[in-house]
Amino acid sequence: MDDRSGFFEFKKGIISQNPVLILLLGLCPVLAVTTSAINALTMGAAVIFVLSSSTFVVSIIKRVVPYQVRIATFTIIIATFVTIADLFLKAQFPDLSKALGPYVPLIVVNCIILGRCEAFASKNSILKTLLDALGMGVGFTLALLVLGGMREILGSGKIFNISILGQSYEPMLVMILPAGAFIGLGLMVGLMNMIIKKR
Amino acid sequence: MKLLIIFLSAAVVNNFVLSYFLGICPFLGVSRKLSSALGMGAAVTFVMSLTSISTWLLYHKLLVPFNMVYLEYVVFILVIASLVQIVEMFIKKSSPVLYKALGIYLPLITTNCAILGLALFMVLKDYSFIQSVVFALGAGSGFTLALLIMAGIREDLDIADVPRPLKGAGIALIIAGLLALSFMGFSGLLSG
Repeated sequence: MDDRSGFFEFKKGIISQNPVLILLLGLCPVLAVTTSAINALTMGAAVIFVLSSSTFVVSIIKRVVPYQVRIATFTIIIATFVTIADLFLKAQFPDLSKALGPYVPLIVVNCIILGRCEAFASKNSILKTLLDALGMGVGFTLALLVLGGMREILGSGKIFNISILGQSYEPMLVMILPAGAFIGLGLMVGLMNMIIKKR
Repeated sequence: MKLLIIFLSAAVVNNFVLSYFLGICPFLGVSRKLSSALGMGAAVTFVMSLTSISTWLLYHKLLVPFNMVYLEYVVFILVIASLVQIVEMFIKKSSPVLYKALGIYLPLITTNCAILGLALFMVLKDYSFIQSVVFALGAGSGFTLALLIMAGIREDLDIADVPRPLKGAGIALIIAGLLALSFMGFSGLLSG
């Protein structure tokens, strides 16, 4: 692992090990909040915050935590940061917080975060951990943004509430509904597989 | 009557998997064989009912009176994790047969978002104690139902000719989308 540069740790989360499209982790929020691009962006920001702060703390205390209780410790650390993120959103962006509903607190059980704490932060240096967390977070946000943008454009003809497809466009309502989320993500996963295989 | 509506709404109309997207990981992971789908569904339903009982009591009897609602996520996840552990130890001692059937699925349940989601929705919808338990049973049966349908389809899918990039997760997600579409047919059920 040591010969890999810090930039590699950042880059791998975006394409070759994208948490959503390749590792298929944390799919619940991906499907639930991507009804619009702005929701997707907020969720992505919340995940980046929780992911980098909790992996940061884990990587600091990794030598102190006994092996048997590490998962419980990680979970409490994550839950603390999720509470901070949730209270911040509630206070600063009440509308967005309402739109995301219970999916912000559900970041606690997002497998990406526990996965990075266990697989990476508990074994690597603080700097590498931060780069890895940022890369994973950005990869997650990008996947969310593409899916959210696609669903919003096809489902309502707008993006970030700006109409781009004109008045004559007949919105495909199904894209906003749960079914659109599943089908959209399924096609994106297939597309990603095609790109990776071609390399 | 209210209870029946809560049950049906959690089980089919607002199915946890297909309209709230909770518990997608096990939904995609253990839906390859009918028998394991049934085991997972049973384990989840069981833990859900216990979770609803304990988190309701903790939330309304401890957190609210002492003004500590901001701790709810930390408390909920701790309760769920320890509950799963206790259930696992209890079943191991009392019924080795059941343990063999459920064994491998139990530890997975802690990180199942459907369980934490259930506790959060219960608080959000302000259910009474009985309503919460019924809600948990409905959500559990809905989860099992979705898992069983998916497993049934995927057992046949193994011999189907799927485009290569879509093999595995891709086609499973698209099928889930079609299932979600068909479950929308239930949405008129409760509006009248």
